[in-house]
Amino acid sequence: MDVPYTTKPRSDTGLYNAKLGIWLFLASEVMLFGALFSSYILLRVNALEGTWPHGLLNIPIGTFNTAVLISSSITVVMAWASLKLGKFNHFKIYQGLTILCALAFMVIKSVEYKDKFTHYEVWFNDHEKKSIRGHIEVPGEEGNPWFMTHKKLAERKIETIKIHPDPKVTVASGKEAHGGAEAHDGHGDHPPVQEIKVADIKRLSAFVPAHSTYFAIYFTLTALHALHVMGGALVMAYLWGPGSKMWKTDPERFTNRIEVSGLFWHFVDLVWIFLFPVLYLL
Amino acid sequence: MGDGHSKEDIKKHIKLYIGIFIALLIGTVLTVAAAYVDLGHKANIALALFIASVKAFLVAGFFMHLTTEKKTIYTILVCTVIFFIGLMALTIMAHYDVPGAGH
Amino acid sequence: MQHTTHTAPHETSHEHHHEDLGFWRTYVFSTDHKIIGIQYAVTSLAFLFFGFCLMLAMRWQIAYPGEPIPVVGKLLETILGETAKGGIMSPDLYNVFGAMHGTIMVFLAVVPLAFAGFGNYVVPLQIGAIDMTFPRINMASYWSFFIGCVVMFFSFFIPGGAAQGGWTSYSPLASTIPTDGQTYWLIGMVLLITSSLLGAVNFIATIIQLRAPGMTWMRLPFFVWAQFVTAFLLLLAFPPLEAAGIMQLMDKVFGTSFFLPTGLMVGGQVADISGGGSPLLWQHLFWFLAHPEVYVLILPAIGIVAEIIACNTRKTLWGYRSLVYSVLAIGFIAFIVWAHHMYLTGMGTKISAFFQTTTMIISIPSVIILTCLFITLWGGSIRFNTPMLFALAFLPMFGLGGLTGLPLGFSFADLHLHDTYYVIAHFHYIVAPGTIFALFAGVYYWYPKATGRKMNEFWGKVHFWVSFIAMNLIFQPMFAQGMAGMHRRMYDGGATYSGVLDPETGDVVGLEAFIINLNKGITHAAMLMAVAQLPFIINFFYSMFKGEKVDDNPWKATTLEWQTPTPPPHGNFTKEIIVYRGPYDYSLPGAKEDYTPQTEPNHK
Repeated sequence: MDVPYTTKPRSDTGLYNAKLGIWLFLASEVMLFGALFSSYILLRVNALEGTWPHGLLNIPIGTFNTAVLISSSITVVMAWASLKLGKFNHFKIYQGLTILCALAFMVIKSVEYKDKFTHYEVWFNDHEKKSIRGHIEVPGEEGNPWFMTHKKLAERKIETIKIHPDPKVTVASGKEAHGGAEAHDGHGDHPPVQEIKVADIKRLSAFVPAHSTYFAIYFTLTALHALHVMGGALVMAYLWGPGSKMWKTDPERFTNRIEVSGLFWHFVDLVWIFLFPVLYLL
Repeated sequence: MGDGHSKEDIKKHIKLYIGIFIALLIGTVLTVAAAYVDLGHKANIALALFIASVKAFLVAGFFMHLTTEKKTIYTILVCTVIFFIGLMALTIMAHYDVPGAGH
Repeated sequence: MQHTTHTAPHETSHEHHHEDLGFWRTYVFSTDHKIIGIQYAVTSLAFLFFGFCLMLAMRWQIAYPGEPIPVVGKLLETILGETAKGGIMSPDLYNVFGAMHGTIMVFLAVVPLAFAGFGNYVVPLQIGAIDMTFPRINMASYWSFFIGCVVMFFSFFIPGGAAQGGWTSYSPLASTIPTDGQTYWLIGMVLLITSSLLGAVNFIATIIQLRAPGMTWMRLPFFVWAQFVTAFLLLLAFPPLEAAGIMQLMDKVFGTSFFLPTGLMVGGQVADISGGGSPLLWQHLFWFLAHPEVYVLILPAIGIVAEIIACNTRKTLWGYRSLVYSVLAIGFIAFIVWAHHMYLTGMGTKISAFFQTTTMIISIPSVIILTCLFITLWGGSIRFNTPMLFALAFLPMFGLGGLTGLPLGFSFADLHLHDTYYVIAHFHYIVAPGTIFALFAGVYYWYPKATGRKMNEFWGKVHFWVSFIAMNLIFQPMFAQGMAGMHRRMYDGGATYSGVLDPETGDVVGLEAFIINLNKGITHAAMLMAVAQLPFIINFFYSMFKGEKVDDNPWKATTLEWQTPTPPPHGNFTKEIIVYRGPYDYSLPGAKEDYTPQTEPNHK
C-alpha cells in the first residue's frame, strides 16, 4: 500500500508529503523554541537589577562552535545539490563532513559543559560581601570537584575550602564582572587564593542549572538544541550509510529525504544563530 | 520539480550558497565584534538581534529555499510567526502592565 | 490532480496478495489508520471511565466528608494503603484524584477520543484517502500516547501517589510538593504532547495532500474542517506547554528556579534555591496551550454533531461556508484569549481589557456555529435515533456552557466567580453534556461502519435519557453553589465554612446549609450517571457480536466513509473515488433517493 505523493509533488499544492510534514514539524519547533526564548526574556526582565550574569560563557569557543555549525549548513546544502547534479560521490563527502561537523559541535559543547560544572560561585551570609566566582579546592577531593554544593559540604562536615578567584575582566555589555570563562586561559592577574569558612557560606553552586535562572535557561536551551543536533546527526548518519542504498532504487525519493533532513538541519542552525548572541554576548 | 531545480540552476545556486556561507561567517564575526563595542545596553541588544535576524533570513531564505517556496508553506509559517509573536508580546506586556506600578 | 486517479486503485488490487502481516502487525503494531483509530478510541474510553470513577470517589467525600467510601473503600485501602485508611479519603488522596481526574479527562480521554480516535478512523475515509500521509508516524503517535498513559497510570502506585497540584499544575505549588507524582506527570505529559504533535502533523498533511480527486476544500465534510483546525491548535499551542513542562521538570529534578520566586518559603523555611523565577510564566505558557485545548475538546465534537444532524434531518447543513469560516476564526482567535484565566494574578487593566475583548469576540463564531446547526433543524424530517438524540442534546448543553462562560470572560464578574463551583459547572457543561454527548453520538453513529453491526437502539435511548437527566442534575446545582461562593477545591465540600457568622452583625456570611446540602443531591445524581453508563458498556460489547447486521450505508448518508465496504479493508476503497458534489446533498429535488452520495456524478 503506497501513499501517493511520497516522491512526486501533488499538482495543486506543489509539495511532496515529507516536505509539508517537515515544515509543519518545524512550525511546532518554532513555537517550542519560541516559548523558551519568551521565557528567557521574561526571566531576564523579571530579574532584580544587576543580578543577570554577564560574561560567564567562553566567547571564543562559542564563536568557533557557531562557525562549525554554519559550515555544516553549507555542507548539508551542498550534499543535496550534489544529488541534484547526480554526483553521488560528492554527496557522500559533503554528508560525511556534515556529520563530522555535528560531532565536533557536540564535543566542543561537552568541553564547555564540563568547564561549567567545575566552576563555582560562593555567596556569603554577610549580605554586604560580594559573591566570589572561581575554582575551589575541597579537602578530600582531587582537583576541581564537580557539582559541589553547600549542602554537600555541610553533610561532609568540611570546615574550610579554598577558592581561586577569577581575574576581573571587562565584558561585552560594558559592565564589570568577575570573569568567568576567559579567566582560565591565563590572561589577567589572578587574585590570591582565599580560604573560606563553610559556616560563612550562604550558598555555593557550580555553574549548573540550579546556579541561577540564567544558567537554568542556558542549560535548558543549549541541551535541547544539542538533542536536536544529535537527532539530526543520527538521521544524517543513517542516510549517509545504510539509507543511501535508496539512491540506486529510487534516486528522486532519496534526494527528497536529503532535502527534508537538510531542512531540519538548517533549522537547528537557525536556532543556534539566535542562541549564540542571546546567551553568550548580551 | 519545475521550480528552478534544473542542473544549470543548481550550479548557479551553488555559487549563491557559497556567497551566503561567507556572509554568515562575516555576520558571526560582526556579532562578536559588536558585543565588545559599548553602544549602550539597549543598542547592543538591538544590534546583536538585528545581525542574528539577517543571518536567520539568509539561512531560511536560501538554504531552506523559503524565498521560492509554495503558498501552503508560507501560510503555515505566517500563522506560526503571528502566534509566536502573540505569545511573546502579550506575555511580556502582561509583565509590565501591573496595577499601581509606574512601569 | 491527474496523478491521484491511478495510484490508489492499482495499489489496492495487488496489495491483497501480501496482506498477511500476522496478528501483531495487523492489530497491535498496525500502521492502518482505522486500527490506530480504534486503538485510540478503546484506550481513551477506558480512561474516560477511569477518570469518571476518580470523580465519583471525590463526590462521595464532598457529600459525606470523612465517611468511608462505600463498595470501593476497602479496595482503595488495599491498593493505596495509608492515604485511604479505613476506606476514608485523605486530603492527599483527594488532591491526587482531583489533579488526575482533570488530567485524565482532558489529555487521556476526551482529546484522544475526539481528535485521535474519531479523527484517525473517519478523516481519511471522508476525504477519500487510502491511509494517513505518514502511517508509521501515526503508529508512533499512538504508542507514544500509550506509554504516556502507562506513566500517568503507574504514578498512582508510587509512594506519595500521583500529582497533587491540580491539572493546571501551578508552580510553585506543583514543584514544591515533596512527592514524585509531579515528575511522573511531567514525563507523561511530554510523551502525550509528542504524540499529539506527531498526530497533528499527520492530520494536516493528510488533509492537504491526500484529498481524493474532486474533493475541493469547500466539499470537505465539516467534520474534516473541524479536525483540520484542531490539528493546527495542537501543532502550535502544545509546544509552549512542552517547553513549560521541560522547565518544570528542571525545577523538580535539577533544582532550577524557572517558576520559583526569590524568597520562596516552603514548610516555614526559605527554600534552598537560587530564586529569580516567575510563577506567572508557568501560567502564561500553560494557558497558552490550555485555552486552545478547550477548542481542541469542542471542535471535533461540533464536527461530529454537524455530520449527524445533516444526516438525520435529511437536509444540507445550513450555512456551510459560515460554519467553515467560523471554525477558522475560532482557531485563530483561540491563540490570543488565554490570559482570561489569569485575571486574578494581579494583571493590569490594559492587558485584562485586551483579553476580555478577544474573549468576547471569540464567542461570536461559536454562536454562528450553534445558530447554523439550530437552523438546520428547521423544517427537517428528523429521525430521532440514538446518535441524533445525543447530537440534539449537545446543542442546548453546549449553548448553556458557552453562555455561562461570558460572565467568566469579564474580569469584574470573574473576580467573584473565579475558582468557584460556577467555573466547574460552566466548563463541564461544555465538556461533559457537550463534548462527551457528541462523542457518544459519534460512537453510535460510526459503530456500524467499524463493526458492520448497529448498537441496540432501545438501550441506546435508555443510556441517553438517563444520562441527560443525570448530567443536568449534577451540574445545574453547581451554578448555585458557585454563585454562593463555594470554592472548587474544598476537600470537605465546604462544610468548614457552613453557617459561619459575622462576629459583629451575627448574620450568616458563610455557606448556607441549603448550598452545602446540594452536594448530596449532586453525588446521588453522579451515581445515577454511573448506572446509566452500564447499558452503554454492555451494549458496546454485546452489539459487537450480536448486534443487528447492517449494510455499508445504514444511515443513508452522503459522505465518503459510507461508500466503502464495511468494515473498510486495508486501503479503504475498492473502487476509484472521484468526488462530484458537496458533502450534504440530502433530499435533492428530482433525485431518486433522499440522499446523493458525494461520488454520484451530476446527471444533466
